[in-house]
Amino acid sequence: MTKMHVKMTVNGEAAEGLAEPRTLLIHFLRETLKIKGPHIGCETTHCGACTVDLNGKSVKSCTVFVGQANGAEITTVEGLVNADGSLGVIQEMFREHHGLQCGFCTPGMITRAHRLLQENPMPTEEEVRFGMAGNLCRCTGYQNIVKAIMAAAETLNAQKEAAE
Amino acid sequence: MIPAGFEYHRPGDIESALSILTQHGDEARVIAGGHSLIPMMKLRLTDLSHLIDLQDIELLKGIEVAGGTVTIGAMVTQHQLINDQGLADAIPLIREGSLQIADPQVRYVGTIGGNVANGDPGNDMPGLMQCLGATYELQGPGGTREVAARDFYEAAYFTERAEDEILTRIRIPVPAAGTGYAYEKQKRKIGDYATAAAGVLIRIEGGTCADASIAMTNLSDTPVWSVAAANALIGTAVDATARQAAIAAAIDEIEPVADNRGPVEFKKHVAGVILGRAIERAASRAG
Ligand SMILES: Cc1cc2nc3c(=O)[nH]c(=O)nc-3n(C[C@H](O)[C@H](O)[C@H](O)COP(=O)(O)OP(=O)(O)OC[C@H]3O[C@@H](n4cnc5c(N)ncnc54)[C@H](O)[C@@H]3O)c2cc1C
Ligand code: FES
Ligand code: FES
Repeated sequence: MTKMHVKMTVNGEAAEGLAEPRTLLIHFLRETLKIKGPHIGCETTHCGACTVDLNGKSVKSCTVFVGQANGAEITTVEGLVNADGSLGVIQEMFREHHGLQCGFCTPGMITRAHRLLQENPMPTEEEVRFGMAGNLCRCTGYQNIVKAIMAAAETLNAQKEAAE
Repeated sequence: MIPAGFEYHRPGDIESALSILTQHGDEARVIAGGHSLIPMMKLRLTDLSHLIDLQDIELLKGIEVAGGTVTIGAMVTQHQLINDQGLADAIPLIREGSLQIADPQVRYVGTIGGNVANGDPGNDMPGLMQCLGATYELQGPGGTREVAARDFYEAAYFTERAEDEILTRIRIPVPAAGTGYAYEKQKRKIGDYATAAAGVLIRIEGGTCADASIAMTNLSDTPVWSVAAANALIGTAVDATARQAAIAAAIDEIEPVADNRGPVEFKKHVAGVILGRAIERAASRAG
């Protein structure tokens, strides 16, 4: 199969490469662009470890062909750090509240939580659980993930208020 | 989990999409959200050499509520269905059903067109569309035609749609004011297809059920729209006896098969329970 020329913006920077049309976005990110934040857990659209933000939507990048993402804006967990390279609020709250153990699910969890809080800055615990239902974790039992996201929402809202 | 190779097309309008589809015949397939198709391609259960991405076709987008009809473009995602206030006001049943499909990530990309065109008995939208009396608009090289959702499904993965047709829009009559609604789904976990699901519409006038519509998901190789079950409610006060009669009529029309969601008897039992709940909730909302 002839390769196609693919261009996208990843974490604010222009990125491009050649890929067969059957290449899945997760493989393009990890193998061609060497962006290893998004993980491959199941490769069957179930676990959410491969979640990235694509044009403002949380998607499982193991279930997107690279051509479908041609021209798209993509954010991965690497793009969620502060400008000075320190941990962003959601990342910091996962650390503080032990929202991870082995850490395999974490990039997908944080990327998804980012979009959830963009859409719903003050979620209830139930809304967090419903909004995070596409991400599986085999270690934490979810309790601390939920806690971390609730704490991140609070911190982000306080920051916003202080800035106003 | 790498699919076989194919050529990728992203046409900008419906005419170009149809011409690629016609040119390559059964070697070509359209892709909407890809969240049914890509998993099948990974398992190499689908054979194709040309993939036609519909994402740039404006004609397939948008939700419109006008003159007692809701028109939904095939490429509207489940996420958009959930977040459209005009749609939620006109037909709240669609939001209730959409929220029970898959998980957030899947709902951002999965489309209503892909869900109804797919033909998988596990998909929730076909039953909802039959319950609501929706009509599908299909465009092919010879022009456009309309098929009722209630006539569209033939068997698992076999529908009325010809290989060279694209489903463009869905038209749904807005139910009469005060119509009660419910979509009730039993699943093993979030992101699972239904063990059994039922969509119910009920209109009550002066304490008596004046009209009803009942459809069920994943209990046969097509959705089941049961006139007999609806008739068992019409003219009654939707009391326990009427509900039992409707459930018996519905169970009579389904043909579930044993699989990893359970044996046939279990599925029939679950179907009865969820249908009972759906009828009760729809009736309680009617007014
Ligand atoms: C983990 C997971 C859980 C899921 N759970 C559920 C669930 O509980 N309930 C449910 O209903 N679905 C579920 N789905 C399926 C999901 O909702 C799909 O997105 C949906 O069934 C298909 O929509 P799509 O836009 O992704 O279609 P695609 O996968 O792109 O297409 C599906 C089929 O329809 C055809 N097609 C698509 N659009 C058109 C068109 N406009 N005209 C003609 N043919 C067309 C394609 O050629 C293909 O054959 C789940 C999926 C996953 C991955
Ligand atoms: S790797 Fe994509 S959902 Fe698991
Ligand atoms: S921390 Fe190990 S899978 Fe979530």
